[in-house]
Amino acid sequence: MTTRTIKVGALARVEGEGALKVTIRDGKVKHAELNIFEPPRFFEGFMQGRAFTEAPDITARICGICPVAYQMSAVHAMEAAIGVEITPEIRALRRLLYCGEWIESHGLHVYMLHAPDFLGYPGAIELANDEPEIVKRGLAMKKAGNQTVATVGGREIHPVNIKVGGFYKAPSKEVLNGLAEKLKEGRDIALETVRWVAGFDFPDVERDYEFVSLSHPHEYPFNEGRIVSNRGLDIDATAYHDHFEEFHMPQSTALHSRIKGRGFYFCGPMARYNLNFSKLPAVAKEIAKEVGLGPACNNPYQSIIIRSIELVFAFDEALRIINDYDEPAMPAVPAVPRAGVGHAATEAPRGMLYHRYQLAVDGSIEQATIIPPTSQNQATIEEDLTTFIPQWLDMNNDDLRWRCEQTVRNYDPCISCATHFLKLDIDRG
Amino acid sequence: MAEPRTLIIGVGNSDRGDDGAGLAAASRLLERLRIDDGIRVIEHWGEATGLVDAMTGWDEVLIVDAASSGATPGSYRIFEVGETALPSDLADMSSHGFGVPQAIELARALSSLPARCRVYAIEGVVFDIGAPLSDVVQEAVKAVVEDILLSTEVMHA
Repeated sequence: MTTRTIKVGALARVEGEGALKVTIRDGKVKHAELNIFEPPRFFEGFMQGRAFTEAPDITARICGICPVAYQMSAVHAMEAAIGVEITPEIRALRRLLYCGEWIESHGLHVYMLHAPDFLGYPGAIELANDEPEIVKRGLAMKKAGNQTVATVGGREIHPVNIKVGGFYKAPSKEVLNGLAEKLKEGRDIALETVRWVAGFDFPDVERDYEFVSLSHPHEYPFNEGRIVSNRGLDIDATAYHDHFEEFHMPQSTALHSRIKGRGFYFCGPMARYNLNFSKLPAVAKEIAKEVGLGPACNNPYQSIIIRSIELVFAFDEALRIINDYDEPAMPAVPAVPRAGVGHAATEAPRGMLYHRYQLAVDGSIEQATIIPPTSQNQATIEEDLTTFIPQWLDMNNDDLRWRCEQTVRNYDPCISCATHFLKLDIDRG
Repeated sequence: MAEPRTLIIGVGNSDRGDDGAGLAAASRLLERLRIDDGIRVIEHWGEATGLVDAMTGWDEVLIVDAASSGATPGSYRIFEVGETALPSDLADMSSHGFGVPQAIELARALSSLPARCRVYAIEGVVFDIGAPLSDVVQEAVKAVVEDILLSTEVMHA
């Protein structure tokens, strides 16, 4: 019996730590295991007893890459719990803030983390050595995203302007108009980005996934919509626990998610794109057509193209919101505590982020549940590895490790912020 | 008032124990430096592309960050990185992954690294969520701050 173990040791990083181990036996992938350290579990515990108003600021600390997503799911869940309806103006500002975060996150992932995999570079630094102008494009886009988050959220990281009911202060039309110039440049760069990444070589693989994302009747989803799938799921966030379950897999410390009675699923840009293509703006549909990507895509390696198309969408949507913007008379609606339970799902850059809170009559948090997209995708990532890797077993260990990492990075898990895994152990039994 | 030409960046995450060392140093420096000292002090969470952007255009940049390299807890090391990279044992310093060492090399590749760039790496011991700075790292922060005040005073005399 021949055993070959591809093991990637502990990844040190504040917002996410993980390890990857793939065991190959007699020409088959016997086991693929991605272990992810899960900060939300700690936060669920220590939020108990805190005021409902604190949730957006506390949960923002879970992740430095997607604090806005945590804030958005938190405020929507709290508003559901206490029965608050926000105004259309506040809703639009929240979408604008989310555009900024998608731009930051996707810009970083496409240029700094994922593109080097396709171009044969160990990382973004080596890419920058050879192609500085390309890397500068990525930095310029990300900067526009930072400026959007800073303008609406008060600062670039862990925004401070978000509260249950709305914002502490709404930006002026003039300030947003200034931002629009940067966003127009960003949209042009995003279009170039789609053309660039569409020219990469992609492994010719597909799987029949169940895609899950929010879906809104008229909009590409951010903060609002039903949770739907391509296999008939169509539920409100309040029914999340009726249809989804978390469970422990043997030999893994991280919780996995599945649809009850059915199995694992795929959330994130690929899911959003497949389920919501018709709601993309014309500029995004046109660039998809130009590069030959249809409304359906089942090749996870092409997620880099979809992330780039979502960049085009996010810039375009931000410009639309700014164009239509009227400063709200009040930046927030009053949030009065009461006992209740609130659920919300919003679309973080890397997929659906679900929050549920149970509040006491004084608004203190009795129970909190946070289910981040990376843990929802974990089993699907492992299935990709067991399904795809056997065809590449003739690769040497370095190349195979590289392909495994690329496969994980298709999902932009938080751990991918460590540009490359640290350690490889090979055990040939 | 002189146009500030030196940027000091305190890097870290105050929610993760000694990972907040750089932020603590920045905070102390803000208390100690006069506004007209020609120096700007900022805090940063350590993401590389944001650091590249922050460093661009300055004559000199000093970075204070926590490290987890196996050195003695509470010790600190100083690296002049304007022309040479950080040593490999600090490749994952401060546990940010795509962080300070990558920012320095990315800036170098893009020709935007200031000619004078110095990194203070404070060796941490506790990086747990919600933990305070350890006693030894608090002492190291004080020592680094004094060193920076001394060196910037000389440079800007």
